[in-house]
Amino acid sequence: MTHTYSERAAIGADELLSLYEQMAIIRRTEKAAHDLFLAGLVKGTTHLAAGHEAVAVGASAALRPDDYVFATYRGHHHAIARGATPEECIAELMSKSTGICRAKGGSMHLTKASSGMLGSYAIVGAHLPVAAGAGWSAKLRGSGQVAVAFFGDGATNIGAFHEALNIAVVWSLPVLFICENNLYMEYTPIGSVTAVANPAADRAAAYGLVGEVIDGNDVTAVKRTVAQAADRARAGLGPALIEARTYRHFGHSRTDPASYRPPEEVREWLEKDPLDIARSRLAELGVSAEVADQADERAAQVVAAAVAAAKAAPDADPKHAFTDVWADGGSTWRS
Amino acid sequence: MTEQISYREAVAEGIARELRRDQNVVCLGEDIGAAGGVFKTTQGLFGEFGPSRIWDTPISEQAILGLAMGAAMTGMRPVAEIMFSDFFAVCWDYLANEMPKMRYMTGGQVTVPVVVRTANGGGLGFGAQHSQAVENWTLTIPGLKIVAPSNPADVIGLMASAIRSDDPVVFFEHKGLFASKGETAPEGYVVPLGEAAVARPGTDITVVGLATTVPMALSAAERLSGDGISAEVIDLRCLVPLDMATVLASVQRTSRLLIVEENPYQGGWGGTVASIVADEGFEMLDAPIRRIAAASVPLPFADALEQQVIPTVDSVTDAIRKLCDY
Repeated sequence: MTHTYSERAAIGADELLSLYEQMAIIRRTEKAAHDLFLAGLVKGTTHLAAGHEAVAVGASAALRPDDYVFATYRGHHHAIARGATPEECIAELMSKSTGICRAKGGSMHLTKASSGMLGSYAIVGAHLPVAAGAGWSAKLRGSGQVAVAFFGDGATNIGAFHEALNIAVVWSLPVLFICENNLYMEYTPIGSVTAVANPAADRAAAYGLVGEVIDGNDVTAVKRTVAQAADRARAGLGPALIEARTYRHFGHSRTDPASYRPPEEVREWLEKDPLDIARSRLAELGVSAEVADQADERAAQVVAAAVAAAKAAPDADPKHAFTDVWADGGSTWRS
Repeated sequence: MTEQISYREAVAEGIARELRRDQNVVCLGEDIGAAGGVFKTTQGLFGEFGPSRIWDTPISEQAILGLAMGAAMTGMRPVAEIMFSDFFAVCWDYLANEMPKMRYMTGGQVTVPVVVRTANGGGLGFGAQHSQAVENWTLTIPGLKIVAPSNPADVIGLMASAIRSDDPVVFFEHKGLFASKGETAPEGYVVPLGEAAVARPGTDITVVGLATTVPMALSAAERLSGDGISAEVIDLRCLVPLDMATVLASVQRTSRLLIVEENPYQGGWGGTVASIVADEGFEMLDAPIRRIAAASVPLPFADALEQQVIPTVDSVTDAIRKLCDY
């Protein structure tokens, strides 16, 4: 049975409550990651996506289970939105053997290949051509799948972004390029280093695309836009470039306090918290605050249990340092 | 007599056999379609397999390798061409950071069965940005398999293994060998990755070469045979997996080792071979290990200058003679 995008994009109370709960799980996972980092239990770095939840959850709700997703080093939300459990993500951050990548990837490389979440990439922009390749593969196989590349505003100034957009249009590939514009390229306002006001959408015309700027904090708007773009891509009409404006609740990475952001701007954006927006919409749909609170409480329990399980899990197995370089499972390079 | 085929024809033949065998094999690169490739190494593929299997790309090397990688991760077996190996520098991220690391850093979740073909090396007077031998660049990256055949039959047999490999493979085709001819390979011919060949048996010295330095070493060995010097020539065929068992077994017999590389001495692959023999074969040796490699200068344009910089039959002959006299 087929539906038009508008039918499938319409969100009823039950679905919105479910999406709200997913966003709450991500929010609490990120808070847990932050606290575990401060406690010295997560080493290296983290790039938390608190504030970006609606982009991941809204887009994922618009996709088929077999579609492909490619994310960046700020990718915890995409992993969880595509089926990774908070427990296996937190375990990965904590260098545990139960980590989603056996503690060989870390925060910046969360991957859930079994559900089509094909990696978090820590070289800015590198995964846009890779996502185009997954779309090309879907086209070659006639599978009807689409590939989605999520990337930050900073990636719009790197060559791979432009190479990927060009070839995706020329080959009419089923790829959705979704920019999470959080207004800052690491510590620098994106506007101060970019030739156009909307770093992704304003580049669309150069590739014959219509650039859309949407409210990335509104899970309903994200789902609607992505569903429409995915339908077009599946119909053979080629790629889409969507710019979702959103905002980080934490700094760029680790313990960055983000003091380079004006307090007024921070306050304005915190008032546009994607979870609060979803709660308002739930209220409009007749869902009581008590029911939303219950969803939030379930999310808290899931994440608390995930943290406890990750803490109790065994550390990374030293022998895994020498597995999985090659497809035979090993790392032998000479006789 | 077996049919003769050129090295360049062998490239197209090797790819064509895999395209016929496996519908998931697909090619992409600049000018590889109707144009048949700038070196004519994909001649005939577009005619036989059409635009659904042979894809012309823009001059977008990052896109070429990214597309190939994404397709490889999702069920295809792409064969990507980077026209000149020097251009690896503009898509190095995919060779250094993406393809070789995905399986490892995802804990084995992702497979990247991709082949990156490229025209490598000097001898054709293309100057410093189109003539380098850069196989040593790739040798620094754990997670890449590296192939560099020296003759047409090996091109076909190694291409089969490379395309069937579930690991990323960099396939160096030597520009200086494209016009050379040799016996073709029978249908179904497969040369496993990581098996060196004894190209010429000998007893006095082991000469290890790769790609174009193999015929160079064979010519030198032929010259010296009249002087009573019996040189064994080993064609490594692959740098990863590196067949050190064959090299060490040969050195055990000959007690002398000369390594001939076209990449620069500074950081060249021969340093790895030499260090392993020094570590594990020290007591087999009756003379120091010697390396002949390109000088550590950019490749000059004029033939007279280029010959000063990269190994030649003369320089190899001289080195063999000196090492045997040691």
